[in-house]
Amino acid sequence: DHHERKRKKESREAHERSHKAKKMIGLKAKLYHKQRHAEKIQMKKTIKMHEQRKTKQKNDDKTPEGAVPAYLLDREGQSRAKVLSNMIKQKRKEKAGKWEVPLPKVRAQGETEVLKVIRTGKRQKKAWKRMVTKVCFVGDGFTRKPPKYERFIRPTGLRFKKAHVTHPELKATFCLPILGVKKNPSSPLYTSLGVITKGTVIEVNVSELGLVTQGGKVIWGKYAQVTNNPENDGCINAVLLV
Amino acid sequence: MDVERLLIQFQDENGEILGSPFDVPLDITQDKLQLVCNALLQKEEPVPLAFFVQGEMEVVSSLGTCVKALGVETEQVLPVVYQPQALFRVRAVTRCTSTLQGHTEAVISVAFSPTGKYLASGSGDTTVRFWDLTTETPHHTSRGHTHWVLSIAWSPDGKKLASGCKNSQICLWDPVTGAQIGRTLTGHTKWITWLCWEPLHLNPECRYLASSSKDGSIRIWDTVLGRCEKILTGHTQSVTCVKWGGDGLLYTSSQDRTVKVWRAKDGVQCRTLQGHAHWVNTLALSTDHVLRTGAFEPANATVNPQDLTGSLEELKEKALERYNKVRGSAPERLVSGSDDFTLFLWNPAQDKKPLARMTGHSALVNEVLFSPDTRLLASASFDKSVKIWDGRTGKYLMSLRGHVASVYQIAWSADSRLLVSGSSDSTLKVWDIKSGKLNMDLPGHADEVYAVDWSPDGQRVASGGKDKCLRIWRR
Repeated sequence: DHHERKRKKESREAHERSHKAKKMIGLKAKLYHKQRHAEKIQMKKTIKMHEQRKTKQKNDDKTPEGAVPAYLLDREGQSRAKVLSNMIKQKRKEKAGKWEVPLPKVRAQGETEVLKVIRTGKRQKKAWKRMVTKVCFVGDGFTRKPPKYERFIRPTGLRFKKAHVTHPELKATFCLPILGVKKNPSSPLYTSLGVITKGTVIEVNVSELGLVTQGGKVIWGKYAQVTNNPENDGCINAVLLV
Repeated sequence: MDVERLLIQFQDENGEILGSPFDVPLDITQDKLQLVCNALLQKEEPVPLAFFVQGEMEVVSSLGTCVKALGVETEQVLPVVYQPQALFRVRAVTRCTSTLQGHTEAVISVAFSPTGKYLASGSGDTTVRFWDLTTETPHHTSRGHTHWVLSIAWSPDGKKLASGCKNSQICLWDPVTGAQIGRTLTGHTKWITWLCWEPLHLNPECRYLASSSKDGSIRIWDTVLGRCEKILTGHTQSVTCVKWGGDGLLYTSSQDRTVKVWRAKDGVQCRTLQGHAHWVNTLALSTDHVLRTGAFEPANATVNPQDLTGSLEELKEKALERYNKVRGSAPERLVSGSDDFTLFLWNPAQDKKPLARMTGHSALVNEVLFSPDTRLLASASFDKSVKIWDGRTGKYLMSLRGHVASVYQIAWSADSRLLVSGSSDSTLKVWDIKSGKLNMDLPGHADEVYAVDWSPDGQRVASGGKDKCLRIWRR
């Protein structure tokens, strides 16, 4: 109760003060007004100081840092810190295996879809062999394991060496030889087998395009992402990752 | 056993014939050829000469090797072109004799006075500092600018230094006392990109100064009265470089991809040279070095550089003589380097069309410079190489590779035999032009090298950079 009354009395003070100031006359009023004027000046000063503290002032006196000669003035030089941080970011991305790809999400293909069970044995009871039903890439020097022991069969009919790669900016398509399968989004098992499905990132030989790095070296391998279902179409279409 | 003989005819660079055809043995060496030629020239002192067969191959050891290499017919008279080389030889700088600290921010521009007596440097800490070269210590610190000092220029008589800052102000300083001469010249609205004085042989008082700025205009200032005489407008974007030619013409390059030629007397635009595909960064005149040094003859340099003496008339005559000698009979040539990775060679006084387009760089060209004898052209580019071209025709001669980051500035030695280049990889490299190889690698700066200058007497090289130090290099 006491606090409530105190609060209300304090809030009434402003009104009472102004009533008094209006009603006062004579010498008393003069003195009171003078005193009140001085008080108000002080109040305004403290408010202004608080406001200045909150806002940031433009420092006119100091000359900015980073002096550059006239020929560098209109150019954005990449600061060295930025270059280093970019390098580190790129390394981290590569390590995590994340790239900016045109098809970020692809339908994951289950084992039953990609691998077909092959029954072997005298009574066709053994079921440890699997045959890949999707298009795959095997390297140049690929030799099969002895047929009795190979677990995964990659049929020659489904082996491809070339891919039709489109350059996204030039909008031109080239038939480039595949160098390898970098990552199959469904499973690392498929990556090691070389299975190419929609969304797989493959490495292609781009020496035909004649791209050159800034240092003058010729680029001969680049990544591309597959954009169609090769087992349905009979060819591998991919988009180059620039 | 009789040695084969051959008829040769001496010719100078412009094609004028000297004497009558001479019968010489094939195994004559370069020294003997020099003796013969000097005798024909009938000069008092023998001048060192270089000989070129068919304008391309230089006679290094003996005439026979050249003839065999080129497969020239020995029946006919063979023209041999002789080129006088500079009398004096500048020795390559090898060591850093001192690191001059004092600037509190990066050193942006460095310049030796025309006689090589004084050294001035402008920096990001808004001061211009003068350095005493005999003791290699600071001499004066001139304060007056309010922002980074972007460009400095010595008057051709070495008595005044003009400096322009990022707040578009120009101040004049006296190198002896370090005090400011006259008032601060204001008028430009954006920062000053380049300053250039009127050549000595046109006006020995060194009164007029041209300044170019980012606001697209060029102002000609009267330094005695301290006011702007003329304003040349015409460029639509920032003017990157202005050069005052020896024939009374002003050349300006701009980011609007053009180079404009103006008449200095009345400020009328004569010609616009178009052709570049991107910003034009830099200009160089064939007579640049001789206009900069005025009446000072590098061959007369002494170990302790002295001021120029003589009345104004004498200085003017000397400067005019030197200018005419270097210029020869052909008009001044202008070369412009641009962000489109190419350079253009112009004959601005006569033609609107370029003489040659020089391609080959794979990044933007930051600076071009003619050699002091105007025979060679060097271009420094952000593709880490310096390329040398023929100064007359613009033909590509050689590439100087060695830097690992963009090359920012270059400077020729006064005898045109050596070239120093400063780069963003914090090293300077001295190149021998004759062999095309690296002569000396000068590491030492802690950060990028922004400005390089070779003193006109050939004794010292000064370089300043981001590490706030000014380094002086000597033999």
